[in-house]
Amino acid sequence: MRLRFLLPAAVLVVLIVLFAFGLQHDPREVPSPLIGKPAPDFALRVVGEDTPFSRDDLLGRPLLVNFWASWCLACRVEHPLLMELARQGVEIVGIDYKDTDADGLRWLERHGNPYRHIVADERGSAGLDWGVYGVPETFVLDANGTIVHKHIGPIDEQAWRRTIQPLLTTAPARAATEIR
Amino acid sequence: MRHPTVKAAVLSAALLAAGALVPAHAQSDGLSAAQAERYQALVTELRCLVCQNQSIADSNAPLAADLREQVREQILAGRSDAQIHDYVTERYGDFVLYRPPFKPSTWLLWFGPFLLLAAALAVALRFAKRRATPQTPPPVDRERLQRLLEDTRQ
Repeated sequence: MRLRFLLPAAVLVVLIVLFAFGLQHDPREVPSPLIGKPAPDFALRVVGEDTPFSRDDLLGRPLLVNFWASWCLACRVEHPLLMELARQGVEIVGIDYKDTDADGLRWLERHGNPYRHIVADERGSAGLDWGVYGVPETFVLDANGTIVHKHIGPIDEQAWRRTIQPLLTTAPARAATEIR
Repeated sequence: MRHPTVKAAVLSAALLAAGALVPAHAQSDGLSAAQAERYQALVTELRCLVCQNQSIADSNAPLAADLREQVREQILAGRSDAQIHDYVTERYGDFVLYRPPFKPSTWLLWFGPFLLLAAALAVALRFAKRRATPQTPPPVDRERLQRLLEDTRQ
């Protein structure tokens, strides 16, 4: 009977497809429900200063929001790439997650500062609202403050070139004027 | 207990058991008995994102502690279980719920096991049917058989 040979072959093909799919997806990466939604509001301040910094300060141009910390080892891994991006003129806002101002500033002094703005999230409250569960995490925002993409873990060359850069350049460069 | 090692083992086991109970309970202070019960139910059903096979009740990750604190504060603020569920899923998605919601994207999750069971039953039924039908042996050419037997004997 033909079915007798076709059936196991069909099962095998299905399994191979499933395994191939599984190999390309990290089960630890939790898809963010915030993609396509406005970035959550927050009221923080600039590291080492009393200057307030909120969601409004992120509007008007596409940019990257990078959650990092001086205690975060993986942040060291992506740091050279962030420095390079900053040199190329990419605006990166760094949110210092669950860190002290002194530690954060010392870390940036030692390794270099890729951030246009450094924001203090000492208690991790903004991190909680943004669905951060481990630093580093990087959000791509368009000019309207909409979250276009979220990258979990250190950014590498491939992620930058294949995903983040195209999104950053195609994102609306200027905020849509409010119609209402 | 004569052996100091036995004593130490019992003592450390007791300490470990006590330690395991601390994280979730310590934060339920300030809640009434009914509220504490809701708190327990909620934190054991929410999944920790850092150590993903633990509930936030079991996890010692700082994020789990933050989420437990959120749950406690929101219960105190009089928010319902559904509102608290919404709060976490708005931020972390359905992933944090150990009891996944029933909707098109989770249909495979809910029905998958039953589909597999149905497929297995169908296969088993086919085998059983095949075995039940008496198989008529192919007709035997007795003359040829006899000849073959004689050939081998020679």
